[in-house]
Amino acid sequence: MNTQFYKRKERLNLFQKLFTKIDKTDLKTTQDLTPLMCPSCNTPISQYDLKVHLSVCPNCNFHFSLGVQERIAQLVDEKSFKELYRSAKSNKINDFPEYQKKIVKAQDSTGLHEAVTTGIAEINGKTVALAIMDARFIMGSMGQIVGEKITRLIEVADKKKYPLIILSASGGARMQEGILSLFQMSKTASALARFDEHGGLYISVLTHPTTGGVSASFAMLGDIIIAEPKALIGFAGRRVIEKTMNEQLPEAFQKSEFLLEKGFIDAIVHRKDLKTTLSNLILMHKVSS
Amino acid sequence: MTLKNSAWQRVLNARKTDRPKALDLIPYLFDEFFELSGDRAYGDDKAILSGLAFFEGIPVTVLAQSKGRNLEENMACHFGMAHPEGYRKAMRLAKQAEKFNRPIVCIVDTAGAFPGKGAEERGQAEAIASSLKLFSSIKVPVITFVLSEGGSGGALALSVADRLYMLENAIYSILSPEGFASILWKDESRAQEAAELMECTAYDLYAKGIVDKIIMEPTEGFENNKSFVITAMKNEIRNDLSALRKLKTSTLLDQRYKKFRDIGVKI
Repeated sequence: MNTQFYKRKERLNLFQKLFTKIDKTDLKTTQDLTPLMCPSCNTPISQYDLKVHLSVCPNCNFHFSLGVQERIAQLVDEKSFKELYRSAKSNKINDFPEYQKKIVKAQDSTGLHEAVTTGIAEINGKTVALAIMDARFIMGSMGQIVGEKITRLIEVADKKKYPLIILSASGGARMQEGILSLFQMSKTASALARFDEHGGLYISVLTHPTTGGVSASFAMLGDIIIAEPKALIGFAGRRVIEKTMNEQLPEAFQKSEFLLEKGFIDAIVHRKDLKTTLSNLILMHKVSS
Repeated sequence: MTLKNSAWQRVLNARKTDRPKALDLIPYLFDEFFELSGDRAYGDDKAILSGLAFFEGIPVTVLAQSKGRNLEENMACHFGMAHPEGYRKAMRLAKQAEKFNRPIVCIVDTAGAFPGKGAEERGQAEAIASSLKLFSSIKVPVITFVLSEGGSGGALALSVADRLYMLENAIYSILSPEGFASILWKDESRAQEAAELMECTAYDLYAKGIVDKIIMEPTEGFENNKSFVITAMKNEIRNDLSALRKLKTSTLLDQRYKKFRDIGVKI
């Protein structure tokens, strides 16, 4: 009885702690803006409410895509995140029409250099190698820099024996970089194979959306695979499938709950419980950190 | 001289119905091919034609993406687009090859993994991801030929190999030119333009260091002179088996890792 009480109290504390980390000035400026529509249940939500609920729809529990900065604030110990390979960016990687403009636009609007942010952080005092993808950056697509950063992070985790945590959010391989994007799938998977052989722990967290070449490579290769509620997870796009099958697909198709039912993920974890879950899972593995 | 072919011409060439398929080549490349079926979990996917055979007396495992030569055959093999059970069959047989120390020869010829309801329900993404991981560390030599169409992740699943060859008129791309045009310009009819932009020919992939060598096709066309290509493929398999089988397993795996690790920019 007592332990249950303490557990609940601990959770409440955690929630409050997470809330205190949210930038209050941001709240004041955003509270009177036009409400957002939840893409899952179509309920209007004020930006204030959304912030307070960790960007989760209070009505239907849909987990909105989260920016890297917010994700770090929610997930890792304060000031513990040390970014690696920040300077790596896809600028001038090729001269595909409009690509350069697209990158600069994404960089300006997100404040990020690339669709993935990689680094070392602590989760309840445990050191982890952490990659966070951001779907706002060209759909979180994986080009050569994204693949290289993730591969480098896997190699660091392997060398230092850190648990590896990757939060995926991606539409797949980056079209503008063509075939070289496609081969980032085999590159990241090869690095994971080595990490796996050496006994490394990899927890993959699938967030909305994780599809295409990212779901068909590192995202689906975790020792443990966790998804946020109602995230879109799949390989082929819904429209393509509907065209091939010539039929309408059910609403729940390719959602976290569907993948759990079909046996392709271990668990669905609410955003407010994610840090505690990861922290506990790390403790359950004999990985030195 | 076929170097001057436009990318779109190569796309059309690669998709020709009379262009030889894995089914046409296997009897000439190997002896005593014995088909092995099923993933031992769900079913048998005819989009992957697999089995055991001798290559000039050496036992090998053959894993081939298989397109049909007519509608009936294509209905049976889903036009060469594999389901998860196809990739799982390939993985099962790759592990078996490792157990018996048999080299693996793969043939890639697919527009992509099958985009369907059942494929998603049975974990298409997981099946491809696991294939990539498995082939990167399988302890026997793997030699892959991209025969005609190398489409997206579905083709990549059988491309993690010690030697990757592409036929001169084969294409390999992140998605079909039609899909590319549809996403980029919301207009599928601009596929031709997309093909030129996508850098998807054997020459493009060779220039990028992905493909080890281009297997030349005869001027009269692959379909009119199969043996020209078969002889070239056999020469490569013979040389590779001889070289790769001599390597220590750790060297083989290190070289394969480096090959795929080094694709794309470094930071």
